[in-house]
Order: sequence, then C-alpha cells, then structure tokens
Amino acid sequence: MSEGIVYWLQQALNALQLGSIYALIALGYTMVYGILTMINFAHGDVFMIGAFFCFLAAVYLGLPFVPTLLLTMLGAALVGVMIERLAYKPLRHAPRVSAIITALGIGIFLENFTLALAPYPKNIPPLLENVTWDLGGVSLSSLQVIIIFLSLGLMFVLDYVVHRTPVGIAMRAISWDKTFVPLMGVPLDLIISVTFAIGAGLAGAAGTMYGLAYPVIDPYMGIMVGWKAFISAVVGGIGNIRGAMIGAFILGGVEIMVTAFFPSTYRDFVAFTLLLLLIVVRPYGILGQPRTQKV
Amino acid sequence: MKTMRNAGWEWLMAQRWLLPVLIAVGFVLAFAIPEYNLLNKYVQLVMMYVGINIILTVSLNLVNGYMGEFSLAHAGFMAVGAYTAALLTQKVLPVAAYPGLFPLAVLAGGLMAALLGLIVAVPSFKVRGDYLAIITLAFLMIVKSVIENIDYIGGPRGIPGIKRLTTLPWVFFWTVVSIWVVRNFVYSKYGRGVLSIREDEIASDLMSVNTRRVKFLAFMVSSFFAGIAGALFAHLLQFISPRVFDIIKTTDVLIMVYLGGIASIAGSIIGATVYTVLLELLRPSTVAAMLGWLPAVVFDPLNEYFIRHLGVWRMVIMPLALVLVMIFAPRGIMGLREFRWFIPRRDLDAHRRPTVHGGSHGAARSH
Repeated sequence: MSEGIVYWLQQALNALQLGSIYALIALGYTMVYGILTMINFAHGDVFMIGAFFCFLAAVYLGLPFVPTLLLTMLGAALVGVMIERLAYKPLRHAPRVSAIITALGIGIFLENFTLALAPYPKNIPPLLENVTWDLGGVSLSSLQVIIIFLSLGLMFVLDYVVHRTPVGIAMRAISWDKTFVPLMGVPLDLIISVTFAIGAGLAGAAGTMYGLAYPVIDPYMGIMVGWKAFISAVVGGIGNIRGAMIGAFILGGVEIMVTAFFPSTYRDFVAFTLLLLLIVVRPYGILGQPRTQKV
Repeated sequence: MKTMRNAGWEWLMAQRWLLPVLIAVGFVLAFAIPEYNLLNKYVQLVMMYVGINIILTVSLNLVNGYMGEFSLAHAGFMAVGAYTAALLTQKVLPVAAYPGLFPLAVLAGGLMAALLGLIVAVPSFKVRGDYLAIITLAFLMIVKSVIENIDYIGGPRGIPGIKRLTTLPWVFFWTVVSIWVVRNFVYSKYGRGVLSIREDEIASDLMSVNTRRVKFLAFMVSSFFAGIAGALFAHLLQFISPRVFDIIKTTDVLIMVYLGGIASIAGSIIGATVYTVLLELLRPSTVAAMLGWLPAVVFDPLNEYFIRHLGVWRMVIMPLALVLVMIFAPRGIMGLREFRWFIPRRDLDAHRRPTVHGGSHGAARSH
C-alpha cells in the first residue's frame, strides 16, 4: 500500500476509537434530553466517576477486565440514578434553567469531591494484554479493536432496547408526551430513572475504555470530554439516539484529521469552527427533525 | 421572600432618593478606603472582585435572564477585553508615564468585546435554545484556541507582569455604569423587545418588534461589559492566559446569575456578592481569622484542621449549597423580582395595578 493510504487508514482507526468513546457519552446526553428536554451537564463528570470506579476496581479489588467493566457500569448507573432522584426530580416542574444550573452544580461537586479524595492523577493499570498487529503498515492494537467493537456492541444493544423492548417503547412514549402517557399506566419516575441508569452506565463503560486507552485519569478529565460528547449529540440532532452516534464519529474523525494534518493546537479551533458552520447550515442537527413552533 | 414585604422594607424601598445618596457615599468610600487604608488589603481585593463579578453577572443576565437565551460565551468576551486592554497597556500606551490612559485601554477592551458580540448575535437570528448555547460555547472555544495559537500575545503561556492599574474607584465606577446602562436598557423600548423575545420570539416578531436589532443591541451591551470586566480583571490579577478564561469561568458567572435570579438587577448584585464573599469566607485563612477569638487550646487544633481540609472541601460545599438553593428556590434569590429602587417611576405605577402572576411567564414584580 502506498504511504498516503496507510496514513489515512491509521488515522481513520484512531478516529473510530475516539469517536466510539464520544458516542457512548453522547448517548447519555441525548437520551436524557429526549425524555426530559434537559441538558444533563453533570454527565461528563459521571464519565469521570466511571474512570475512577475502574481505577478502584482494578487496583484495590484487583479485578480483571470484564468484572471491572461491569462493576464500573453498575456503579456509574447508581450514581446517575442518585443524581436524578436527589437533584433533578425535585426540579421537574421548575423553570428549565434551574435544572441546568443544578446540573452544573452537581458537576462541580463531583469534580471537587473526587479531587478532595484523590488529589493526584491516578494511573490505571493495563487490564488487558495489548497485542499490536501490523496490517500492511497499519498498526492495529487489540485494545483498539476491543474499544471499537465493545462500544459498537453496546450501541446495538441500546438501539435494540430503545426500539424493540417494552422499556424502550415506554421511553419513547414519554419523550413524546409526559402528561397522558403516564395516565395509560406507564410509570414515569421509573422510566426516567431507567433512562438515567442506562445513560450513566454507558458513560461508565466509556470511562473504563478511556482509562485503558489513555491511562492517566484526573478529576477534571470529564469536563472537556463531556462537552465534546455533548457537541456530538447536538451535531447528530439532540434527542436522537442514532444521530448521537453519527455525530460522535464525525467529531472524532474531524479532531483526529485536524491533529494529523495541522499542528495539534489547531484541533479545537477547526473542530468548533466546523461545528459552527454545521449548526448555521442545519440548525437541528443531522438526524434531528425541525420542530414547528406555534404561537 | 414574604418576610421582606414588611412595612419597614416597603418604606425603605419607597425612599428613592436614597439610591443616588448611596452611590455618592460609595464613591467617597471607594476613594477613601485605599487612600487611608480603612480596610486591610485583602478585604479591598475581595471588594474589587465582587465589583467585577457584579459587572459580569448583570451583563450576562441581560442575555440569559431578560432575553431568555443560554449564552456560554461570557468568558470569551472577557478574554477579548482582557487581552485587548493588557496588550494596550503593555505594548502601546505609555501608562507608566500617564496612568490616565488606563481607562482608554479598558474602554478599548469593552469595544473590542462588543464588536465580537455582534458576530455572536448573527447566528442567534436563526438559532435558539440549546443550539444557540452550542454556538456560544463554540465561540468561547474558538477565542481560546485563537489566543493559544498567536505567539505574539504569549500563546498558551499568556501575558505575565501586567501592571496593577485596577483600583477600587475604577471598579466602583464601572459597576455603577454597568448597572445603570443595563437597567436603562431593560426599561427602554428595546428592553420591552428583549422581554418579548423571552416570552415568545415569533409572536413579538409579528407584533412588529425588530427582533434582529434588539438582539444585536442586547448582545453588544452584554459583551461590552464582559470586556470591561475582563480588562479590569486582567489589571487586578496581573496575569492572564487562555486557561483563565475557560468554560469554568463562564460556569462561575452562570451560577452567580441563576443564584441571584434571572431578569433581576438586584438579583445579579446579590448573587455575585453572595457567591464571591461565601467562597472567600470559606478560605482556611479567613475561617482562622474569624475564629481568632477562641482560646488557644481550642483554636490551634481547629485552625490546623481547617487549613488541612477546608481548602479542598470549600469547592465541595459551595456547589452543594447551590443545588440546595435551586431545589428550595428554583428561581434563585430574586428571580423575576426587582428592588423598587431600580424600577423607573413610570413603570412602578404599572406594577401597582393588580395583574395575574403565575407560571414561568410572570412579569417582573416589585416589592
């Protein structure tokens, strides 16, 4: 293969890896938005909590990869449900911005609470034996394969749950109408909690994978990654689950390609400029439906 | 806040002549305090931060509270103002010889930020709500990224050694100006337009509100004062870098806006003051100073405990307090209400008439 193609393939692989991590987090943003029309700004910090759970499970419990992943997802899901019950549920009928500010507050709380308990960045031990294959010049690590396929697997499971199971049908029904659907016997509070649990669980999984791919974790790691994932959700059309996945891979691709061809300091500049242009051209995201506004 | 509706408060708020008197007294104090060292340097510093935060909060409240948008770009405008002013005082204006040129630099910072505010206003014609939030966030990130990539202005290292030109009178002056301008803007014809955009943009468009011009003006005024605050901030902190003006700075201002309450000048003043002062009060050294009256047997171990633990935990306590305030008072301390001092006389009569309040669309109430 010519050198150019090899380079492109290599970068495409990196983009897939980054994009799948963004996608797992973006799903949580978009699901919560779909149901509550609320931006859960603490979600990026749930991702960070996930990475720290992974650290705890791997170092203090000495667990191998699969139990660590499951435990992390479970722990993150619990944190997500607790945040919903304690901080967001009392505000369900308050103005929308109060919930947003509460979410920002919870995010700052999670960051600094973690900082208070873990003042120095932590190293996640390599949980998996990392084998690197050479495919005609393109190097492919087993870690990359696992991250990409595990994320894709989780996304397919989620897509199935949302579109084919009773819980998913209830979730979509509630995102359609919050007044009359509960009257037909759909348990509103339970479904909202399940949504938060799924979203936070996926963020936990993303935290584990991020920790394996980039092993140094710190309490502020969730801010930037969280905002990027949020942008992915918006690019895809917020509230739309398949859109969030597409948006995440687009953003991951753009970031990696910018870093590959320009100085890495231009990454955010180009990524955000593209985002701006996209929103101006298509204000409802790629898969989002423009809603008619009535007066 | 029913308790505030007592007769004494009513009487106090009816004494409209008190406001100019308070401003005059404030000016005298602003000059006197640093001149005669009436308060120690640390308290003076906190006072200046409070003033800068009030400017930031009042100006962000114009877009986020009165107009009902969700802008995240405030730290970006602040950065533009700070960098413009700092470059002027460092490289262009001979401020060492003529300290009187400092206000020019501050003004230039504000104007530069206002110019960029115009650019952010353009997408807001088409896009609203969460998507506008993303656009403003993107703007903030782009500003930060551009600054990081220009080596002439220090790149990611920032500008060190800025002269400390911000003084208490200047902060007080700009605080008063920002409150006065925003208040007059909100109660002007355009201010009505701003409020109508919050309630229903399409309807206000149909009622012949020039929504584009209103948005231009609102974003310009808001970003102008963000730039002013940034310029003052730079010449107080004496060091700026792109990292100072990241999303966390915006979050701080957002918290002050919503803690104090949207669409309220009094709320912005209270929110900024409470948040800034509380954060300072929770500093270990402040707590130690406040506990200084305790006997040494109790004080020493307590002091040691606070110094070791409070530094980190204060940023844990603060957001929790914020969440509690939001749960028990979702509109913030003064949400949609106003001190009667800030409401022009002709509007007071309108407020006195019995009107239907309720839902999220209640008009600004006086008390």
